[in-house]
Amino acid sequence: MAELLSVGILPVVVTLIAFRLGQLLQQKFKTPLLNPILTAMLLVLGFLFLTGMDIGTYQTGMKNISWLMTPATVCLAIPMYAQFQALRKNLKAIAAGIAAGTVSCLIMVFCLCAVLQFDRSLTVSLLPKSITSAIGVVLSEMGGGMPSLTTASIVLTGIFASILGTGFCRLFRITHPVAQGVAFGTAGHVIATARANELSPLIGAVSSLSLVVAGLLTAVIFPFVLTFL
Amino acid sequence: MKYLNQLCVILGFTLAGEALQRLVPLPIPASVYGLALLFLALCAGLVKVEQVKETGAFLAGILAILFVAPAVGIVEHWALISPHLFSIGLILAATTCLTFGISGRVAQRFLKGGEDHG
Repeated sequence: MAELLSVGILPVVVTLIAFRLGQLLQQKFKTPLLNPILTAMLLVLGFLFLTGMDIGTYQTGMKNISWLMTPATVCLAIPMYAQFQALRKNLKAIAAGIAAGTVSCLIMVFCLCAVLQFDRSLTVSLLPKSITSAIGVVLSEMGGGMPSLTTASIVLTGIFASILGTGFCRLFRITHPVAQGVAFGTAGHVIATARANELSPLIGAVSSLSLVVAGLLTAVIFPFVLTFL
Repeated sequence: MKYLNQLCVILGFTLAGEALQRLVPLPIPASVYGLALLFLALCAGLVKVEQVKETGAFLAGILAILFVAPAVGIVEHWALISPHLFSIGLILAATTCLTFGISGRVAQRFLKGGEDHG
């Protein structure tokens, strides 16, 4: 048993199975609450607890595939290009909405963290909470944050936006489908985009363009925000 | 061979992103540069969608799995995070709601403005 636990690929296999189970669970109950990343995280923690595998061993094993994160993020350019072509005539409004949302989100998180007297590491971890983890986790790591807290915040933000998104649309009287897509993608990245796709293909398309642009914009502004910390 | 060719193109852009990140003295992730370069190459017609499509969809599809490991790391930081759980939840909820409203309202203002004035 102990020998099997030291096989480098084991953490990868365990993670794949845990994630797949998480996906199946979400498909069965059709709720954003059962996010596969969160389910897989709990299953993996359960596995580590039961087998006594060291968390360090697990993380080292996962390095076998973690390098895929960069090329996989690069690939977000492909759907972005398709949406960009399809949404040409609305680009100005989409860009304005994303820019306003992204900048105000960073300012609000920054100010709230300052009011609550959070330390630098906590603040850096929370700042990228509305963007896709592909970019957010790297930003947090580069800025000295906790990638784990960033991942959790990003997932919770996405779940929150996808559950309450249609309610927010009514609350803020966002009626135009393009504007709704901008809101879903800018505030709730990939997870809310899945919800946007259920509402209509147009809202989904705008949302998936918005999530990538919001991520890129945040990456560009982030170093500047860090100078105030 | 199609998948291998596509992988080569994607890894080529990834490598270009890594190179750019080391050349430009800004703390911007290599993936962001790679993403921007691939997007520009697609717009300029230097790369066709067919040259990256299937492998790109596969890689983007497994992206979420790669965040399980960072998420699991939360137990290591738990002592630091747990005293602030309520405040963190409050920040997440408040800023998500407002970011949603601001981005949607600003986009809508521009969309409606365009309709009203021609």
